[in-house]
Amino acid sequence: MLRRPFFWIITLVIAAFAVSPLIGNNVELRESLALAAVYITLASNLNLMLGYAGYINFGSIVFFGLGGYICIWLVDAHSWPLGYSLLAAAIGVSILSLIFGLGILRLRGPFFALSTIGIVEGVQAFVENFKPWGGSSGIYISPEVFKPLGGPGPALWVIYFLFVAVMGASLYLSYGIKISKFGLGLLAIGQNEDAAAILGVPTPRYKALCYSASAFLPAIAGGLYFFKGAFIQPSDAFDLTLSTEAIVICMLGGQGTVSGVALGAYLYEELRGYLLTSSTFSNFQLVIAGLLLLVIVLFFPSGLMGFIHSRFPRTQKVLE
Amino acid sequence: MLGILASIIDGVLVGLVYGLAAMGLTLIWGVMDVINLTHGTMIVAGMFALYLLAAAFGISPYFTLPPIMIGGFLVGVALYWIAVHRMIGRPPLMSLLSTFAVNLVLVGIGTAVWGTALFNVDVSLPGITVGRYTFPGAHILAAVLAAVIAGILYLFLHYTRLGKALRAVTNNREAAELVGIPTTRLLAIAVGCGVALAGVSGVLIGTLFPFTILSGDGYQLKSFIVTVLGGFGNPVGALMGGVALGLLEGAVTPFVPVSWTLVIEFVLFVLVLIAFPGGIFASRRGAL
Repeated sequence: MLRRPFFWIITLVIAAFAVSPLIGNNVELRESLALAAVYITLASNLNLMLGYAGYINFGSIVFFGLGGYICIWLVDAHSWPLGYSLLAAAIGVSILSLIFGLGILRLRGPFFALSTIGIVEGVQAFVENFKPWGGSSGIYISPEVFKPLGGPGPALWVIYFLFVAVMGASLYLSYGIKISKFGLGLLAIGQNEDAAAILGVPTPRYKALCYSASAFLPAIAGGLYFFKGAFIQPSDAFDLTLSTEAIVICMLGGQGTVSGVALGAYLYEELRGYLLTSSTFSNFQLVIAGLLLLVIVLFFPSGLMGFIHSRFPRTQKVLE
Repeated sequence: MLGILASIIDGVLVGLVYGLAAMGLTLIWGVMDVINLTHGTMIVAGMFALYLLAAAFGISPYFTLPPIMIGGFLVGVALYWIAVHRMIGRPPLMSLLSTFAVNLVLVGIGTAVWGTALFNVDVSLPGITVGRYTFPGAHILAAVLAAVIAGILYLFLHYTRLGKALRAVTNNREAAELVGIPTTRLLAIAVGCGVALAGVSGVLIGTLFPFTILSGDGYQLKSFIVTVLGGFGNPVGALMGGVALGLLEGAVTPFVPVSWTLVIEFVLFVLVLIAFPGGIFASRRGAL
């Protein structure tokens, strides 16, 4: 892996994320990059299912929201340190999604997509009725929890670096899976599941593993995101906007590519920042995301990277 | 005991309306293997059309059915040309994404215009009282209308040239094309009919329950469950699936909080899909 140029490209991107807001202590840039890192994390983990295995997951937000809930609950009710809470959230969500996955991944194609919509509804209804997690009013955490990180100010920097670390781990994971045997199996499933099964790819197990793997890092990102806001409630945690945006990003950058998804996430974040500043468009964020997705699906199904690869065939060797 | 029975009967009445909604979904699914993810929003569009027409002209909610049916048909044809036509013959993922995108646009516009406030259409019809229990008149009339519209659809599919052509396209598109059926036009008509059914069922549901611009998700999920219960691409099965879902809802409602109903239904959805991949009432593939 260390010999491949793309590995070093990922490392450079991560370094750029980590260093650039430090120059001149630029808090505004830090916040915008933090959001970009969340988008990249969500989109590249969604890409494991959507781009590699060809299974569309409309409910990837469940990982994010559940991770947030488990983390906040452990920090608040059990006074766990942030690190352990994040880890516990990630492991808990992965195990849960493995169980879900073994159930619903027996369904194929569109049926799987439909049941992912149901999972969001189901989990949200569960959380809204679950008393230890505050039901529909959610959980607030006191500012006290920021003390071990050096108070609210420095804590934001710690959280930012953790966001970047999670983003980096997502990119390495996407790339590592793509060049592994596991990844080849997933790509085979994406092209023709029957043929893959006949050639000896253990399709149900691979799909469930992929689903579970795609839950781990978004759960950490969710924990960090809601820890940063010190508040979580069901309507924020399971806001379908974010998982919708992850789909748009995947398709914009080019499904199945690692660099495309990162590029798409960055571009989308920039576009969104531009739209939010003009008051006319802020109400129409979903409309614009929808129009963008429609245009991509209708006219450019292979996204930005597909365009770059077909224009400059040499880039195929470098940019995965 | 009598209370549960009353609840079940009411569930069946509402279930017939869900069955009608699911027919719209399963018609499109059966004819062209496209899952219409705008379905829930089209149901809500029917509700809002009902609200606006009833408020603007002060007419009885039931007289809005014909114009909404025609409007829904036109919207459906437009939907076909915008989002579905280029997806025919491509992986199912793509049509899911394109209808999902259209749905985002519609929900976004709806939310910007109406917000997420609760809307309500008043229907005062005398109910039927049996002992201590009263079955609301609106529920009975909605169920009857749903059954009548479903019957008309059945007659249309089985006894008109256009309906027969539609069934031919469902069975085998290439063969249909070979015998001179203009398949593209029929696919557009099928989406038109599917959306018209969604709109009409939206009107009927709108007379039963209050609604918001975001109600569509729940009804869409119900439609999927009904479709799975009734068998894919099988409109008559959809009506039976609707009754089955209504039975379940009626039997469950007295015992669990309302917010859990959807979860129970969803679990049922997954279990049925795993146990009966073709649907419980499925006779054979493409039995339109």
